Amino acid sequence: MSLKTQLAVVRGLGSAKNGTHHWWGQRVTAVALVPLTLWFVYSVIMLTGAGYAEVAGWLASPLNTVLMLLLIAATFHHVQLGLQVVIEDYIHTEITKLTTLLFVKFASVALAVASAYAVLKIALGA
Amino acid sequence: MTTDNRPLSPHLQVYRFEWTMAYSIVHRITGVGLAVGTIFMAYWLLALAGGADSFATAQDLAGSIIGRLLLLGWTWALFYHLANGIRHLFWDAGKGLDLGTAAKSGHFMVASSVVLTGLAWIAGYSMMM
Repeated sequence: MSLKTQLAVVRGLGSAKNGTHHWWGQRVTAVALVPLTLWFVYSVIMLTGAGYAEVAGWLASPLNTVLMLLLIAATFHHVQLGLQVVIEDYIHTEITKLTTLLFVKFASVALAVASAYAVLKIALGA
Repeated sequence: MTTDNRPLSPHLQVYRFEWTMAYSIVHRITGVGLAVGTIFMAYWLLALAGGADSFATAQDLAGSIIGRLLLLGWTWALFYHLANGIRHLFWDAGKGLDLGTAAKSGHFMVASSVVLTGLAWIAGYSMMM
């Protein structure tokens, strides 16, 4: 039995002052992804059937490099936020949930960094 | 662990079917499918960075029957998630939330995703002519 008052027991367990942070992050990336994905789909259509030199040349142009990096950043941030909600909704065993969440977060960052590296390697001609 | 035995709220089987609920779960399914698709996007970019040989392998993979079917699925999933995502943004602004409008915008969204997928693939194939 604790001698703490009821208020002291619950203090700090309420709002972590970031209740809308996840929601807002998902909307910001969603808004950014509207033009970025349309640009990406348009680009992929225009590159259909193109060879290595043409595709590499397309990606190496400054505008396309920057847009692709922005697409990568927004996409993988949006992906990990979205998958987090799915996992939290369906996995109720704490250890499995935590493990799956960590896997998704790490995989998203790893894929984002690998993708960005590939884009920069083409762009900078390394 | 006590977490496995907690009471559950009423689930799908107690509710009458509504198109809006189907559109909602498909939004989630397409989202997960697109997340899987990002693995292929990352692979495609890395193959490009790897040089002409590895890029040719990636293009062969994408151009195979299974590759094309996957890309077709991802194209539709992308347009669905994009169009429905815009629908969500309108809801976030407080617009179109009444039942009639929500159902209508849903039907329009699905039709748009199918039409845009068709147009994108027609445009893609016309590039190879």
